[in-house]
Amino acid sequence: MSETAAGRGWGGQDVRRELHSELLEINMGPQHPATHGVLRLLVRTDGEIVHGVTAHIGYLHRCAEKIAEGCDWRQWMVYTDRFDYLAPINMNFGYAVAVERMLGVKVPERAEHIRVICAELQRIASHLIAIGTFGLDMGAWTPLLYCFREREEILNILERLTGGRMLYNYFDIGGLRFDAYDGFERDVLAFVNIMEQKIPEYDTLLSYNKIFIERTADVGVIDLATCLAYGCTGPVLRGAGVPFDCRKDDPYSIYDRFEFDIPYGEGEQGTVGDCWDRYMVRMREMYESCRIIRQAVDALPGGPVKAEDLKKLVKVPQGSLYTRTESSKGEIGYHVFADGGSKPFRTKVRSPSFSNLHVIEKVGPGMMLSDLVATVGSLDIVLGEIDR
Amino acid sequence: MTQDRNDYVESVTPPAGYDPRREQCLDFHLAEDLAAMAGSDDKNFILTTVDNLFDWARLSSVWPVTFGLACCAIEMMAASATRYDIDRFGAGAFRATPRQADLMIVSGTVTAKMATRLKRIYEQMPEPKWVVAMGSCAIGGGPYFKYGYHVVKGVDFIVPVDVYIPGCPPRPEVLLDGLMRLQDKIRGRRDDAKPPKWVADYARKIPYVKR
Repeated sequence: MSETAAGRGWGGQDVRRELHSELLEINMGPQHPATHGVLRLLVRTDGEIVHGVTAHIGYLHRCAEKIAEGCDWRQWMVYTDRFDYLAPINMNFGYAVAVERMLGVKVPERAEHIRVICAELQRIASHLIAIGTFGLDMGAWTPLLYCFREREEILNILERLTGGRMLYNYFDIGGLRFDAYDGFERDVLAFVNIMEQKIPEYDTLLSYNKIFIERTADVGVIDLATCLAYGCTGPVLRGAGVPFDCRKDDPYSIYDRFEFDIPYGEGEQGTVGDCWDRYMVRMREMYESCRIIRQAVDALPGGPVKAEDLKKLVKVPQGSLYTRTESSKGEIGYHVFADGGSKPFRTKVRSPSFSNLHVIEKVGPGMMLSDLVATVGSLDIVLGEIDR
Repeated sequence: MTQDRNDYVESVTPPAGYDPRREQCLDFHLAEDLAAMAGSDDKNFILTTVDNLFDWARLSSVWPVTFGLACCAIEMMAASATRYDIDRFGAGAFRATPRQADLMIVSGTVTAKMATRLKRIYEQMPEPKWVVAMGSCAIGGGPYFKYGYHVVKGVDFIVPVDVYIPGCPPRPEVLLDGLMRLQDKIRGRRDDAKPPKWVADYARKIPYVKR
């Protein structure tokens, strides 16, 4: 916080006390176009300068963890869809992996490959929304339209595959609900070919745009110590220069078979860990997702997509397990407690957006009000996942 | 201006071949008349009621408030984005403040904490205003109906709703259709807001819809 920002004049006197002024409290949200949902930020400002930010959450608390105690293990998959509604397949993936590890079930190879393809397609779709709405926060309307154009192509494939346009409920415990349609591989490869050509378009439109760089570089710097203190994961942590990714460092499913790199922030346009770095990590992750999809499609075997030795009503042996997977927002963890019955005793979800959001309490004070919007946009939060 | 249109229609003995529904379908005939006027140099005039003219203007520029709550908000964004382009129906100008808007699309789950804010936003909107309940959560709680202790079981407990759009989430096409039904309602043609007879007959044949 600079001298003047702290309310000190040039001579060191307390200007605010002499003027009998006080901080202005502004409620940003819960209905606000730049808070990505029903987030309420209580901002204490001195003119344009932010002195304190408090995030008030709970406007979308939908009781999903409590509902888990009332439905059986397979049924709860529907509610995991609705946590992160921009990346429902990644949410399904985490829960499916958690229960399968507790059961000790071996998922068929074909199911694993289709799961990876779906998850990476969904990651691209989620990052497209993140980039588009981030551009919207910066005052650029056009990138959103471009991003939605590509996202609709992904939704087309997933709709034909699963039957749902946005929320899929496609993963099942022990595999998938049904097999992929004929020509699934062809559609996916056609999309990946297009997508790899479109990413440079975004670069010319947004990434290296002078105005965009001025708005995002050196703004909202989140360094490694802050990330560790607040438990940030995903693009926020990778933007701070740490190539940590659950797909690489704690492999689940069949991610250890594929070759891909973990992009991380290098401070090209400013400081390491600024908004531009977080944005660019997402942009480069879309390339890496395309690489994974190509390898998975090439290696896609035939065979069943469901584990055969599972009953319809699953009974999980007594115990508890914490499983983490990498969603598009960061590390999504499911801490599942089973008492040996057909229903979960308790499920606790560790959501990445929750940890990522609360960093603004640390980095918010001292920045301009417009930079606060940039920082919140670059964190890419989803309120459905924070409040659950 | 405040005279009820139906009272007016009933008080006048209609001539032979007079169809009140054609009279009310103003926007269609206005467009025809305007097209005819554009091609001629003569001075022309259109006869209508002020009510009809106002309704025609209102239904062609319904401005929604940006009020995204949950999953359905993404489909609302998709409806306003490239492929579906809600602007074709005059409802593309999403306003960030309720004071400039006249349509609230309640897109998502309404929780107990959000309900008071939702009501305040509704009250801040100027008259005339309309509400669309988008998605099964806004209609009646949706998947959170049974154990959702924090979920309001339908937004019509809080504000009056004009059009209900089912789905979880509804596709953008359905949102566009709901908007057109709302436009029918603004136009004053409640008959068109109902499904046609053949749809009702067809639905009766489906076994699980049968009561």
